[in-house]
Formats: sequence, structure tokens, C-alpha cells
Amino acid sequence: MRWQIERLPAPVWFRAVIPVLSIVVTFVLTSGFVLAVGANPIEAAYYFLLDPLANPVRLIEVLVKTTPLLLTGIAVAFAFSGGYWNIGVEGQLYMGATAATAIGLQMHDTPAWLALPLIIVGGFLAGMAWALVPALMKVKLKIDEVVTTLLLNYVAIFIVSAILNGPWRDPISQWPQSPEIAATAIFPRLIPRSRLHLGFILAIVIIALVWFVLNRTAFGMKMKAVGYNLEAARFSGIRVDRTMLLVALTSGGIAGLAGASEVAGIHFHLIDAISPGYGYTGIIIATLGALNPIGVSLAAFFIGLIDTGSQTVSRVLGVPAYLGDVLQASLLLVTLAMLLLQGYRLTWRQRGQAPQDGRPVE
Amino acid sequence: MESILSVTFLAGLIAATLRVATPLVFASIGEVFTERSGILNLGIEGIMFLGAFIGFTAAYLANEAGLGGYLWIGLLSAILAGILMGLLMGFFSVSLGVNQHVAGLGITLLCTGLSLFGFRMVFGERAVLPSVDPFPLLSPLNGMPILGDILSQYLLTFIAFLIVVPLSWWLLNRTAFGLNLRSVGENPEAVDAAGLNVFRIRYFVLALGGALMAIGGAFLSLAQLGAFTPGIIAGRGWVCIALVIFARWHPVRAALGALLFGGVFALQLRLQTMGFDLPFELFLALPYLVTIAALALASRQVSYPGAYLKPYRRE
Amino acid sequence: MSNDTNPVVTMRAISKRFGAVLANDRVDFSLQAGEIHALLGENGAGKTTLMRILYGLYQADEGEIQVHGRPVTINSPKSAIHLGIGMVSQHFALVSPHTVTENLILGTTSRLPLDLEQAHAEVSAVADEFSISIDPRAIIRDLSVGQRQRVEILKALHRKARVLVMDEPTAVLIPQEVEQLFSSLRNFKDKGFSVVFISHKLNEVMEITDRVTVLRGGRVAGVVSTKDTNPTELARMMVGRPTFGVTRKVGAGQEQIPALVLEQVTTLDNKGLPALKEVSLVVRTGEIVGLAGVSGNGQTEIAEILAGLRPVTQGRLRIFDRDVTNAHPQAMMAAGLGRIPEDSRANIIGQMTVAENMVVERLDQFSRRGYLERKAIRRYAEALITEYQIKASPDDRMRTLSGGNLQKVVLARVLAQKPKVLVVAQPTRGLDVAATEYIRNKLLEQRAEGAAILLISEDLDEIMQVSDRIAVIYEGQILADRAAAGATPEELGLLMAGVHPG
Repeated sequence: MRWQIERLPAPVWFRAVIPVLSIVVTFVLTSGFVLAVGANPIEAAYYFLLDPLANPVRLIEVLVKTTPLLLTGIAVAFAFSGGYWNIGVEGQLYMGATAATAIGLQMHDTPAWLALPLIIVGGFLAGMAWALVPALMKVKLKIDEVVTTLLLNYVAIFIVSAILNGPWRDPISQWPQSPEIAATAIFPRLIPRSRLHLGFILAIVIIALVWFVLNRTAFGMKMKAVGYNLEAARFSGIRVDRTMLLVALTSGGIAGLAGASEVAGIHFHLIDAISPGYGYTGIIIATLGALNPIGVSLAAFFIGLIDTGSQTVSRVLGVPAYLGDVLQASLLLVTLAMLLLQGYRLTWRQRGQAPQDGRPVE
Repeated sequence: MESILSVTFLAGLIAATLRVATPLVFASIGEVFTERSGILNLGIEGIMFLGAFIGFTAAYLANEAGLGGYLWIGLLSAILAGILMGLLMGFFSVSLGVNQHVAGLGITLLCTGLSLFGFRMVFGERAVLPSVDPFPLLSPLNGMPILGDILSQYLLTFIAFLIVVPLSWWLLNRTAFGLNLRSVGENPEAVDAAGLNVFRIRYFVLALGGALMAIGGAFLSLAQLGAFTPGIIAGRGWVCIALVIFARWHPVRAALGALLFGGVFALQLRLQTMGFDLPFELFLALPYLVTIAALALASRQVSYPGAYLKPYRRE
Repeated sequence: MSNDTNPVVTMRAISKRFGAVLANDRVDFSLQAGEIHALLGENGAGKTTLMRILYGLYQADEGEIQVHGRPVTINSPKSAIHLGIGMVSQHFALVSPHTVTENLILGTTSRLPLDLEQAHAEVSAVADEFSISIDPRAIIRDLSVGQRQRVEILKALHRKARVLVMDEPTAVLIPQEVEQLFSSLRNFKDKGFSVVFISHKLNEVMEITDRVTVLRGGRVAGVVSTKDTNPTELARMMVGRPTFGVTRKVGAGQEQIPALVLEQVTTLDNKGLPALKEVSLVVRTGEIVGLAGVSGNGQTEIAEILAGLRPVTQGRLRIFDRDVTNAHPQAMMAAGLGRIPEDSRANIIGQMTVAENMVVERLDQFSRRGYLERKAIRRYAEALITEYQIKASPDDRMRTLSGGNLQKVVLARVLAQKPKVLVVAQPTRGLDVAATEYIRNKLLEQRAEGAAILLISEDLDEIMQVSDRIAVIYEGQILADRAAAGATPEELGLLMAGVHPG
């Protein structure tokens, strides 16, 4: 009798352990960098993970940081689930932010109950529009969407920069930032005098909707089929092109919402740095969450935690804040590797023992 | 205002095109080799970035230490970093067989994070950007009116066009190594059954590709700029991915694609100074848009290598 | 005659497990010089696994291998090739866009510059030595299946193999090519080579081999000399009982009306070349039309057209009175068409559950305004599982199912919709005898209930066993369309090779 590693699905409880294991391994691996700067890895881990939870003010800040991540994370997860590699979330976010600003600047005489929905819808549509060209190129010309969506990110950032240095340049300070949007267009606070805003609720609602679509609707099953096996889906009569297009556009729209949320909820005007890479972080979050809406929510919260913590780590321990980026990227890679463990199981078996169902394989 | 059709303008444009295209030639040929073996390496953007950072930092530190040939030390260090990252990608895509899109993006994010972190760690926060004296321009035909200007290039540019491009073509099409590599990309089972080691071949091209990509990045920091900035690569890695498809995985066509991008980039730089009343960012966006358009026009029904994106397992 | 005392290859007590499945269970196998030795067993018995262990693609969990009496470790194909073992697998290990020569020299030379001219000459020399006719400069994807097999054989001979393992070599050949292959094998035998002939076809084993090792369920069921045995005894060893074919009752004599009509259908393949040239075919209710042909002559394209996956450039397609030319798959299914695809494992969604795969073609039936009716889906799946005796539960992921159960799920979901027309492609390929019989019986059942069935199969035995009419397709054209009664394999073989009746 001896232990053997076999290619069978891992027990369910182990699947929940994998993320924890990934986190531990990642921290161990990156502790080298912390040591190199002369700081204590245990202290760093504390400031990254536990300190942000230490008091309500800090916790609220985590939720504020989590808000755009929830949206970009689910935007990516939705697209990936449908087999569409939308790497253009960053650009779609920028476009959503731009649209939200454009609308917000016109809302001075409009009541909030109209302004807010307009901002939300505008952000969604703008993100959708930016996702349209790569989606069409994929569906009609069979051109890989990875490159096209990526390149458009840069174009989007250039466009925003051009607008901010041109027509929307702040006339007083001459900084490249737009004028402030109307007060009625600002997302209301969820907790008075805090930074937590409507965007957080919006994100939760969107995630719930995505969960519903993926698990309870026919469209959800069709898009997952396309994501798993395009040819088989086509054989089954699923309109693959139409499905993929819808998935791509929806994903772009949600990304646009993230941009609108940042403008209307945090900054109140459009700036160059409206997104420090939320789109790319969304990919990390989608992978950590295994494309599952609940997993994505937890992963987004976790990354929000690290993002908040990295400011403290930088201030208190003198470790450059970029360590947070290194940590997140390492976490992504470690998780990718760990997820493979789901396909293996440790069993206690006698040598040459007959299998359970006796069915041979050729 | 210079006439756009004057000979000096054109000569300057061609010279600039060659310069701008150089990092793209290195990196896209690196990706050509990689994808010909069936693997998509989206870590290219990050590896170029890391190459730029390591190249610059090693050169700077070597210079501070008083070592001669510090630029070459920088370049060599960049190559090493590129090889390491190529091998890391190999670990994920070849040995583990995970999703190559995500693994590649992860490597890009890791390299970017490491570079920015490393830069801050080594140089702290300075008012003035640290810099080194970059590689010099070589002017073999100095004094000759048009050709002299066009051929006034960095050594790495000469190497890229005169050595790397023809050498890659030869390696890919006229050697057993190239045959093995192309076979792996089409049908790894055939290669395995023939007694070759598919894993070893893939790891090797990933390392080779990583080295070339890193050289591409280091060119920007060690030759063109003499410094390292966060925006130094600005998506050129992704452009290379597009170029490789556009080039149908042929090294010579990839170099032509690089020249196209380089030409548009060089052109828009010149157009910016010509008094058009358009924001400079739109000019900057032009090369990216042209790349997308090139993809749209030239890439229908392109046939990818048979084993593209499929990890190999003996099943 | 074979020399009993000096085996070339000995495999002793080989065991190999994949996950929960024991593919080889303490198998002994020995091969003499100058013999053609059959490894017989039904699909799934462990034959290919055993030989892949010999060729180094798998490593045995237990047991040992000896070559010429010396114990050896075969870690990879490189070692096997070095020991003089060559393998011609079922799915050719060839690189399609490359030439014959490029495929042959793969792995043989590490010389940096390639001298293709010299290589071409070398290849021609080896081909001549073994009387195999092939053009070294030909590109693999332009070659016929039979020619590709010759390239595979040549590959092994070029690497100085003296033991040739051939895995189901006749599965893709027409009868005349089988004869050519057999004469080559006898040639090798005369030269002192040894051949392992993996097969599940009794008549061929009886014809060409000297000894037979029978595998059943991963274990050796018996080792006999061919001249001392007969098909019945071999069959008994193979499946544990004498096999019986399916019994076909003569049609019930109802009025047979055209159900599936192809009228001058023309279409192109993936490369834009003509794949079907004015194909006309009629399948009537209560009849099975078998479409015979060597793979690559248009069968795939016909199946795709009938699945709504490929456009028809000319001609019409009708199901009863409804014109379904270039209709969407959903429309064709609504007209009463059911399809069983050529490669089921590729056309189901492995990561989704059995229940989900059962309803994915007809989601509008199981959803109300977009909302999935999960209880209805579950009940439907459970009912089908019971009715078709599928060994799986509704929540199992499809990819964990065995070949036979997987095919049953595909069958179940199609038949549950009570199709009036069935298009079935290679339905029993790779399945064991029990699953094969089950499926063929189900087809006959449907026929008895009045369904019109188009059976596309490369297995001539299957076609002859089950069809009422037989059509032969060659290079995109129907060369014959005749009653099955009285058709002979020789006649069909000639047609499949493009030889019109004299």
C-alpha cells in the first residue's frame, strides 16, 4: 500500500484550499524583494493583508478601491467565459469615463434621478462602442481579438490625453484635467462623509446579473458552450458569431461602467490617470476568481486589500509601492500553476489494485 | 517649413524608419520563432520592458563602477534577463500547459512590476532622470550626401537588418533545427514519434525569443534614449504580436512590417512639427491604428501553425 | 517458420494504469524474428497501450522489456528507434504541410545546413529497396490515405527498424490497398523483419499472421498459432462469447417516400477546392442508405452540409417537402433532422455536464423567455439515462465518460427528438463490440419505425451489415447507388478506389 498521485478530480474541499495556498506561496516567493529593501516580510504581509482591515475607515477605503476592480474583473471574466479574450478593458474603461464626463458636464440643470441613469447608460454604451471594432474584426474577418483590443487601449489613452490637453483642459489651472461634472451627476455616498459611492452598489448588482445570466439563462449556457468548445457549439446549432459579439459588447459595456464609476464617484472630472491599470488588473482578478462571479468578487476584494496595503507598506516600511504590482502578477502566475492541482488526487492504493469500474482505455 | 517631398526630408525619414523599426525587428523575430513552435508568448511587452530596464540599470551601475564597455555589460544583462523570462514562460506553457494568453499576460505584468519596483529600489525618487551615454551612431559612409545620412545608424540596427533577418530566415528554412522547429509547430506528435524532444525544442525557442525581445527593449534604453522611462515601450510588444500575424510567421516579412510601423511612426513625428493644427496624441495613435488596419487588410483566412496554443502531452 | 527460441522482443508482466483505469494487467508478449504477430482484441482491450509502451511513448508501471534477450529501458521513442523498433500509428504522425522527405529526415540529422537534394535521393533509395512507390517531393496533405501510410512505413524503415508495429493499418484502406499492404508485409517477413499487427478484424488476422496474442480487458486471453485456430475461437477469446452480428429484418413493406433528398449538390472544401460535384442522393423512409468511401472523398463535407455547417454552392437539399438548402442547423432540426457527428468526442462540450449536453441543441424547448427550466432539464436527462442505459449521472462532466457512454448520450439526445431523418457519421469508430452492437441495433430500430437514415462510414463491414442501399462516393461524386443485397466487398472496393464497373 502506498500513496499515489492520480489524474482524478481533486476533492471539493481542496479546491477551496488552492487560493489560500496560492497566496501563501506568493508571499513566500516575493519576500525576497522585501528583504532586499531591508524590510521584514512578516511586517509587510501584515500591512498588505491585515492592517487595511484594522479599522472601519481603512476598510471603507478598501471597498472604494475594490469598486472599479469588481467591474473590470467581471467584465474580463464574462468575456473569457464566452471564449472572447477581451484585453481591451482598459481602453473601454477610458471611453466610459470620457462619455460619463461629457454627459456629466451637461447635467447642471438636470435632476439627479435623470442625470445618474444617463451617466450609467452613457458609460456602458461608450465602453460597448469601443469594443465593437475588434469584435467585428473577430467575427467577420477571424482576426484575433487579443491584439486588436490591446492596441486600442493605447489609442483610447491617446484620445483622452488629446481631449484633456485640448477642449477639456481646465481653463484656470491649465492642468490636463476636465472641468468638474455637475453636482447632480455625482454618485451619492453610501456612507456619509466617506468615499464609498453608488458605484459599489452598481458593481454588486452587475455581478449578480452576470451570475444570473451565466447560470440561469439559455444565453449563459450558449456562451459558455462557445467558450469551452467553439466547434461543438456551432454543431449544436448555436449562433456562434452572434453570441460572441454580444459577449464582447457586454464585456466592453461593463468596462465602460467602471470608467463612469471612477469619474462620477471618485474624481468628478476626467484625468489622464483615471485608471492605473484597472483593466489589466481585471485579468488577474478574473483568473484568481476562476471566472466565477463569486470568486471574482472575492478576488477583487483581495486585490483591493493589497492595493490599499501597498500604500501603507510604502510609507511605513520604505518598500516601493510597486511591490504591490509584483505581488499581484506573481499571484496570478502562482494561481495559474496551482489551479492545475485541481486535476490530481492523492490516493492510498495497493500496488496494481484493480480500478473501481473496470473500464479499460485504449 | 520643409517640403515633404524634398530629398533631405525623405532621407531623414528613411533613416528614422530604420531606427524606429530596430527594436521591432528583434522582438518580432523572437516571437516568430516562438509562435512557429506553437506557442504564443504574450510576455513580449513585459520582456521588452524588462530588457530596457535591466539593460539600462546594469549599464549605469557598471559605469558608476568605472567598468569600460558598460553598455555591452548592460546589453548582456538584458539578454540574460530575457532568457530567464523566456524559460519562465516555458515552465508555464510547456511544462504546466496552462492557458497561454493568461500566462503571457501574467509575465508581462510581472516584468513591468519588477522593472518599476527595481528602478525605484535602485534609483529612488530623483528629480533628474538618471542616464548614461548611449551607444553611438556609426556612420560608415560619412560625408556622402543621401546614403550617408540613411546609413548613419546604431550598430544594433545594422545587426538587426544585416544579420538577424537573413540568419533567421536561414535557420528556419535551411537547417535541421528550423525543420524540427516548424514540425513541432505543426504536429508535435510527429516530432515526438521521430525521437526528438518536443519540450526541449520549445524551451529553446522561448529562451531565444526572450533574448531577442530583451535586446529589442535594451536598444531603446541603451541606444535611442540612454535612459529608462515607464513609457519606453508603450505597446510596441503588442504591435509585434500583430506584425507576426501580418507577416504570416516569416522573418523577412516581419522585418518589412516593422519597417511599416517604423515608417508611420517616424512620419507622424515629422508631421507633428509641421504645423498641422491637430493634437500630437492623434499623431501618436496613428501607428497603432495603421497596425490594426494592416491586420484587417492582410490577415483574412491566415493559417496559423497547426499546433498553435496547444500544449503537447503524450496521450 | 518462426524460430521459437530467440524472441526479438519480450514484454513480461506489463501493467499500466491511467487514472482509475487499468489498461494493461500483467501482460506477457513475445515476438520472434521473421514473424507477423497479431495483437488482437476489441477496441479498448489495451493493444495500443501495450505497443505505445514498447515504442517509448508511455512507461509501464510494472514489468520489463527485453530486446534480443537483453533487458532494456525504453524512455522515449528515441530509445525505441535506436533498438530498431518502428511504429506506424493509426493517426499518422506526419507533418501535413511538409514534403515526404522533410518528414522522413525529421530527427535523423542534426547537421545544421540541410541538403534537401541529397535527402531526396536517400529517400528514393530506401523506397526502392523495399519496393514502395512514393515521390519524395510530394507534400503530405496532397497524398491519399494509402500513400500516407506508405510514408509512415518508409519512415520506420529509413530509421533501420527491424520490428514494425502497425496499429490498425487496414482501417483506412480499400480492399485492393489492403492486398498491397499484405504483400509488403510478406516481403518484410522474408527479409527477417518482425511485424506486430494490431487489429480487431478476424479475417485479416487469419489471412496474414503467423501467431496471435488475444487481449481482453487489459489481460492476455490467449496466445495461439494462426494455423491452429479459427475465427470462432478467436472471437470467443476476444469477447468471451461467440460474436453475433446484428440481425436485419426485411423492411416492413410500408410505403417508402423520399425523406432526405440531395439534388445536384455542389460545394467547396476548406481550401476552396470542389469537394462535392453535383451529388444526388435520396434516402427514403424506413431505409438505411450506407455511403461507403475512403476518408477524404467528400463524406465530411456531406455531413457538414447536412448539419448546416457548410454552405451549398449549387443544388438543393430537401427534407420531405421542405427546402432546407443552406438553412440554419436549428431550422433543419425543426424539419425533423437528427445528426450524429463524425467525431463525437470533439463535438460535445467536455466541461459541461451530461444533462447540459443533452439539451444544448434544443435550448428553446427547455427555457421560458430565456430563463432555463432546470428541473425540466434534469428530469429529461434522467429519463434518457434510464432509457438508454447510460452509465453516468446527469451532473457528470461529459469528458469523464467512456467512449461508449459518450456515444450513447449523443444518440440519446438525437433520438429523443424523434427525428424522421438521421444522418449518422462513423458512429461506431473506436467503440467496443458491446457498444457497437447497441448502436447498430438502435439504428435498425429507428429504421423499423420509419426513419430515413443516411449512414456515412469508412467501415465497409458496417455498411454491408446494416444498409438497405449502398452508395459509393469518390472524389466528391457518387459512383454507384444500388441495393445492398448482392454487393461484394471486391466490387465496392473497386468503386471506392474510383474504378467504374467495367
